[in-house]
Amino acid sequence: MRFHFKTAYDQDLRLFRHGGQVFWYGFLAVVLLAAPWWASAYVMSQLHFIAIYSIVGFGLMMLTGFTGQISLGHAAFLAVGAYTEALMQAAGVPFFISIACAALFAALVGVIVGLPALRLKGIYLAIATLAFNVIVEEIITRWHGLTGGNEGKHLKPVEIFGWKLASDAEFYYLCLALTVLCCLACVNLLRSPTGRAFVAIRDSEISAACLGVNLAKYKTMSFAFSAALTGVGGALYAHKIAFISPEQFTLFQSIELITIVILGGIGFLHGAVLGAAFIIVLPQFISIAKDYLPAALAGASGLQATVFGLVLVGFIIFEPLGLYGRWLKIRTWFELFPFYRKGMFRRQKSYMKSERLR
Amino acid sequence: MAQGCVYALVALGFVLIYKATETVNFAQGDLMMLGAFFALTGATVLGLPYWLTIVFALAVMAVVGMLIERIVLRPVLGHPAFTVVMITIGAGYVMRGVVTMIPGWGTETYALATPFADKVMRVGGVVVAEQQLAVIGHTALLCLLLYVFFRFTRVGIAMQASSQNQLAAYYMGIPVRRINMLIWGLSAGIAAMGGILLAPMTFVHSNMGFIGLKAFPAAVVGGFGSVPGAIAGGLIIGVAEALAGFYLPEGFKDVAAYVVVLLVLMVKPSGIFGDTATKKV
Repeated sequence: MRFHFKTAYDQDLRLFRHGGQVFWYGFLAVVLLAAPWWASAYVMSQLHFIAIYSIVGFGLMMLTGFTGQISLGHAAFLAVGAYTEALMQAAGVPFFISIACAALFAALVGVIVGLPALRLKGIYLAIATLAFNVIVEEIITRWHGLTGGNEGKHLKPVEIFGWKLASDAEFYYLCLALTVLCCLACVNLLRSPTGRAFVAIRDSEISAACLGVNLAKYKTMSFAFSAALTGVGGALYAHKIAFISPEQFTLFQSIELITIVILGGIGFLHGAVLGAAFIIVLPQFISIAKDYLPAALAGASGLQATVFGLVLVGFIIFEPLGLYGRWLKIRTWFELFPFYRKGMFRRQKSYMKSERLR
Repeated sequence: MAQGCVYALVALGFVLIYKATETVNFAQGDLMMLGAFFALTGATVLGLPYWLTIVFALAVMAVVGMLIERIVLRPVLGHPAFTVVMITIGAGYVMRGVVTMIPGWGTETYALATPFADKVMRVGGVVVAEQQLAVIGHTALLCLLLYVFFRFTRVGIAMQASSQNQLAAYYMGIPVRRINMLIWGLSAGIAAMGGILLAPMTFVHSNMGFIGLKAFPAAVVGGFGSVPGAIAGGLIIGVAEALAGFYLPEGFKDVAAYVVVLLVLMVKPSGIFGDTATKKV
C-alpha cells in the first residue's frame, strides 16, 4: 500500500502523482514510439485504429462517462469530421487547418444537437440523438453534389508542409501524437472548473444546479467538446480508410462507439483506450476461435454479432466497471495483499431511481 | 395505415415494459423478428393452420420474453437506465446473431403464407387490400383484448398497480418481480404478433427487427408510458411516412419518422400523451 503525502501545493497540479506513474507511462510511451520497429504491418494498422477509436472514446467518455448524457448518435459526429476533412483536403486546405475545421464543425453540430438535450433526459435524449444519427446518414446519402452519395469519397494521404505521410509509421506517429494531445486536453479539462461542473451534473443535476452550475451552458459545452474530439477522430478515420461512404456511419457504428466506453469502464479515461483496444482486437479473437468451433457455428454470419452482444451483456452484469475496473481490482488486491475483501468495489445498494413522480 | 399498426404494436410492447419496469427495451424489434421466425417454423415445419401458428408463436415468445427478463435483466434491476438500455441492445445483438446460426432459419428471406394474401375488397368504390385490413383488424382485436385483460383480470390489475408504484404494490403483497417477468412475456407476445402481421409485407428475415427502430419514434411521439399514446403514435408515424413517400422527394420517407420525433421532442419533450410534471426536490 502506497501512501503519498502532499507536502507542496505544486503536487496538486502535477500530471503524474508519483514516480511509479512517471516510470510506467514513460515505459508505455517508449514501447509505443518504438512500435514501427517491433510491429508487423498488420499490427500497425490495428494500432492506427486503436489510436483513432481512443480519440473518439475520449470524446464519448467526456459526454457519457463524465457528464452523464447519453448519445446514440456519435457516428454522426464521426461522419461530420470525416466528410469535412475529405472536402477540405480536396479543396487543397493544409492538414492542420482542415483537421481543426473538422473539429470545429463537428463541435458546431454538437451544439445544435446539444440544444434539445437541455430539455431532454435519459431515454428521450438517447432517442433524439438516435434520430439525429439517422437523419445525418440520410442527408449524406442524398446530398450527392457535396458528398458523392453512396459512391463515397476518396482521400489522399495526409500532407504536412509538403511532406507526405504515406507510410504506416508516419501516419502512426500522427495518430499517436493526436491521441496524446486529446488525452492531455481531457485530463486538463477534468481538473478545471468546467470538468468539475461536468462531473457534478453527472452525479446529480439538481444538486449541481443548486450549487450554481449553469446546466444549459455546461451540457452544451460537453456536447461540443465531445463532438469536437469525435470530429478529430473522424478526420483521422477518413484518412485511415482512404474511402468514406454513408454506410460507415450508421447507428451500429454509434452503438459500437458506446460499447467502447462501456467495456472500457465508464468514468475512467484509461477505459476509453482499453475499450478501443478491446473492440479492435475482438474480431481477431473471433476469427481465431472460428477454427475450433463446429462448422455450422463458425460459418454463420451472425457469429460476430452474437459474441459482441454476449460480451456486452456479460460485462454489464459481471463487470460493470469495465476493463479498467477489473485492473483496479487486481491492483488493489496486490496492494492490500491479505486484506482485500470481495465487496470492496461493490456499488452501494442502489434503490430504484424512479423518474416517475408519484 | 397498416404499417402504422405494426409500429403501434411494437411501440405498445416498448410502452408496456417501460411502464412496468422503467426499462427501455431496445431489443423489441428483435423480439418481433424472433416471433416471426417462430411463426414460420409453426407454419412450415409443424404444419399448423394460420390461427394455431399465431397462438404457437405467441406462446413461445412469451416464454422467451420471460427468460430474457429472468436471466439478463433481473441482475441489473435498479441500475441506471443507461446500463439497462445497453444490456437490451446487447441482447438484441445476440438474438440477431443466433437466428443466423439456427438451421432452417439462417440469413435467407422467407415468405409467411396467410389466408389473406393478394385478395382485394371493395368498400364503397375504394379498393383495399384484404391483407392490410387484416392487419388493422388484428391490431384492434389485440388492443381490445389487452384492455379487457388490464381492466378485469387479477393479474392485469396487479400489473397496473405495480406500474404505478412498485414499492406500494410490493407492500400490498403483489409479487412485483413475477409481475415484471409476466410483463416481459406479454410484451414479447405482442412483439410476436407484430412480427406475424409484418411478415406478409416485408417477408421474414433476420434483419426485419430494424423496424423496431421506427417504433421508437412512435412510442416517443405518443409519450413513453402511455398505452393509448403508443397506438396513436404508431398511427401518426405510419401515416406521416406514407404521406412523405407520396408527396415529398425520394429519401424523405425513411427519415420522416425521425423528423417527426425530433419535432415532437422539441415542442413537447414528454410526447403528446405524456404527463408533464416536474420533479420535486
